[in-house]
Amino acid sequence: MKLGDLKVGDVLPPLRWPPVSRLDLIKYAGASGDYNPIHTIDEAAEQAGLPGVIAHGMLTMGRMGKLFSPYFEEGFISSFSTRFTGMVFLNDEITMTAKLVAKTDDVLTFQVEAVKQTGDTAARATVVFKLYDAMD
Amino acid sequence: MFEAVIGKRSKKILNIVERGAVKKFAEAVGDPHPLYFNIEFGKKSRYAANITPPTFPQVFDYGTVEGLRLPEAGLIHGEQSFVYRRPLRVGEAVYGYTVVESYVEKPARSGKLGFLTLKRVGEDAQGEEVFHSRSVIILTEAVRRGMADA
Repeated sequence: MKLGDLKVGDVLPPLRWPPVSRLDLIKYAGASGDYNPIHTIDEAAEQAGLPGVIAHGMLTMGRMGKLFSPYFEEGFISSFSTRFTGMVFLNDEITMTAKLVAKTDDVLTFQVEAVKQTGDTAARATVVFKLYDAMD
Repeated sequence: MFEAVIGKRSKKILNIVERGAVKKFAEAVGDPHPLYFNIEFGKKSRYAANITPPTFPQVFDYGTVEGLRLPEAGLIHGEQSFVYRRPLRVGEAVYGYTVVESYVEKPARSGKLGFLTLKRVGEDAQGEEVFHSRSVIILTEAVRRGMADA
């Protein structure tokens, strides 16, 4: 499939992530350098008034990138903006979707959502994808 | 409460896009695409190189803005954006700096919330911008009270 062939209203294949594990959060902390303990240590999360550790918002945003990485031969993400709208806890199951909402010759705009098993939205993003062919 | 630092920026810091760091990051976000770290795959791609995942610039050092004090706990990451001129390549040099862009307070159910926007810029060796990002950090009234007491 080529992104350039999509029509407004089309969706990308959704991503369904396995339940968020503590190891996911420890790995992201190490890879990103974000060691804020509310993401890894229960006591720190509780001290901050949370029921338990919460996932890094940037882990959710980072995972959203996977919706688009199969298409980087065709173009690149020129803009990626995300609002973190809900907290993600351990064992939450996140599904990510992307819908094409606008299209010009060389620019595709997608609305991306990360939704929890409860139906609550964890993050909403807008991804602007620039196609190379139209730019050449 | 951040009036004195609005518009201030940090000194530029040199970062290198390290191959191992990119691989570790791609795996940590569950997107181990070969374009990010398989050397042969990268060479054959249109980039003739490996590139980074779009949120990878989070790992860079953008320096510290003199006078910007943030509490260690209680900050909420409200929004994040990245704007790219082109993808970042593995191995390249990125000069990063931070600008304190704005601070506003808005009424909310639990008292006034503060919204601090930090802009981070990544430039190449010639001083051309490759990307910038914006982080909106939310400070609750309780967190701001803690800062005033400190």
